[in-house]
Amino acid sequence: MHKYASPKFFYSLAGQLIPWIAALTAVLLLAGLYLGLFVAPADYQQGESYRIMFIHVPAAWMSMFIYMLMAGAGAVALVWNIKLAEIFANSCAPIGASFTFLALATGSLWGKPMWGTWWAWDARLTSELILFFLYIGYMALQASIDDPRRAARAAAILALVGVVNIPVIHFSVEWWNTLHQPASVSKIGTPSIHPSMLAPLLLMAFAFTIYFVVVALLRMRNEILERERHTTWVADMLESTKP
Amino acid sequence: MNWTEFFAMGGYSQYVWGSYGLAALILILNLYLPLRRRKTVRRLLREFLRLKEQTR
Amino acid sequence: MKTRHKRLAIIVSGVIGLTVAGLFVLNAFRSNLVFFYSPTEVLEGKVAIAAGKTIRIGGLVEQGSVKRSPDGLKVDFVVTDLNKKLPVHYEGILPDLFREGQGVVAQGRLQNGNTFTASEVLAKHDEKYMPPEAAKALKGGTFMPGNETKKP
Repeated sequence: MHKYASPKFFYSLAGQLIPWIAALTAVLLLAGLYLGLFVAPADYQQGESYRIMFIHVPAAWMSMFIYMLMAGAGAVALVWNIKLAEIFANSCAPIGASFTFLALATGSLWGKPMWGTWWAWDARLTSELILFFLYIGYMALQASIDDPRRAARAAAILALVGVVNIPVIHFSVEWWNTLHQPASVSKIGTPSIHPSMLAPLLLMAFAFTIYFVVVALLRMRNEILERERHTTWVADMLESTKP
Repeated sequence: MNWTEFFAMGGYSQYVWGSYGLAALILILNLYLPLRRRKTVRRLLREFLRLKEQTR
Repeated sequence: MKTRHKRLAIIVSGVIGLTVAGLFVLNAFRSNLVFFYSPTEVLEGKVAIAAGKTIRIGGLVEQGSVKRSPDGLKVDFVVTDLNKKLPVHYEGILPDLFREGQGVVAQGRLQNGNTFTASEVLAKHDEKYMPPEAAKALKGGTFMPGNETKKP
C-alpha cells in the first residue's frame, strides 16, 4: 500500500497510464458526439435544442462528482496525512470549477430558448452557483497559504464544510417547486428518457469522467514534481530525460 | 444528410453550437494549461538543480 | 513583500467576491423566489403572501384558456394544478415552449387575492425526452421504452 501512495511510484505510473486513458477518452467522446448529434432524433417538445443536454448534464454530474472526490481526498489527507491525497484534492479544484462553469453556461444557453430566460434565481441554479463559489473559495484559500501542507489542510476543511451543498443541489428539484425539471436518468424505475437519447448521454458522461482522470493525473504530476524538487529521484529523472 | 439543416439545428444553432463550442474550449484549456505548466516546471527545476550543483 | 501583496490581493478579492455572491443568494432565498407556489397554495391561503409582494406561481397552462390581444402583446391564460385555477394576465414576449397543457412559471403579483399579474413568464418543461413518434405512441397508450414504432 505504501508503495502505491509514494509520489515517485505514482508519478511514473501516471505517466504510463495517461496516453492510454487519453486515447480511450477521444474514442468515447467521438462516439458520444456521433450518437448525440447525428443518430439521436429530435425531442418531441424541444426539437433540436435538447442536444445541449449531452454537454450540460454530464458537466453538471461531473461538477458534483469531482467535488465529492475532492472533499473525500481532503478528508483522507486530514486523517491519515497522505501527501498524495492532498495533491489529488488540489488537482480536482480547477477541473471541477471548469465543469461547474460549463454546466451553468450551457444551462443558460439552454434556458434562454426553452424557459425564456438566461438565468433565474431557482433553487437548482442557485445551489449550483454556490458550488462554483465553493471551488473558487477552495482555490483562493489554497493559493493564499505558502506552506503546501497547511494550505491543503485549510482547503480540505472548507471542502468538507461545503459538502452540505451537494445533497441540496441533487434534491432541490424534489424539495421545492423549481423551474428546473426533476431528474430524468436517476429516477427510480425506468428513466424517462428515450433509449436513443440515453445512450449518447451516458457515453458523454463516461467520456467526461475519464477525461477528468487524464487532466487530474496531468495536474498531479506537475504538483508532485514541484513538491519533491529536493529529492534525488526528481534530480535523477530530470537528468535522464534531458531535452 | 443535409448539412445546412444540420448546422441550423432547427433554429437553435447559436445555443446548441455555442454550448458545444464552449465545451470544446474548456476541455482543450484543461489539457493545455497543465501541459504548459509541465514545461515551465521542468525548466525551472533544471535551473534550480544546476544552481544547486554550482554552489556545492 | 511581493508575494505578500499578491496573497493579500487574493484574500481581499476572494472575500469581496464571496460576500457579493452570498448577498445575491441570500436575497433570492429571502424573497422566496427560488421556488414557486401552486394555484391551490395561493387561492386557499395555505401560504401567507403579503399584499403586493412579488412571488412565483407555477402549474399547467389550461387547455383552451390562452387569449391573446389583437396586437399579440397582451396575454390572458389560466394556470391550473388540476385542483384550483388561477387566471394570469401578462404583457410581453412568451418563451418558445409556452403552450396549452404545458408547464409554466410566472413571476408577478397577486391582485385581489384571485388573479395574477405576471411581469415574467417562463416555460417549465418536464423531465421526459423522446422522439415525436414515441410521444404519439405514448398518447395512444402503447408506449413501452424501446418498443415504439421506428422512425420512418
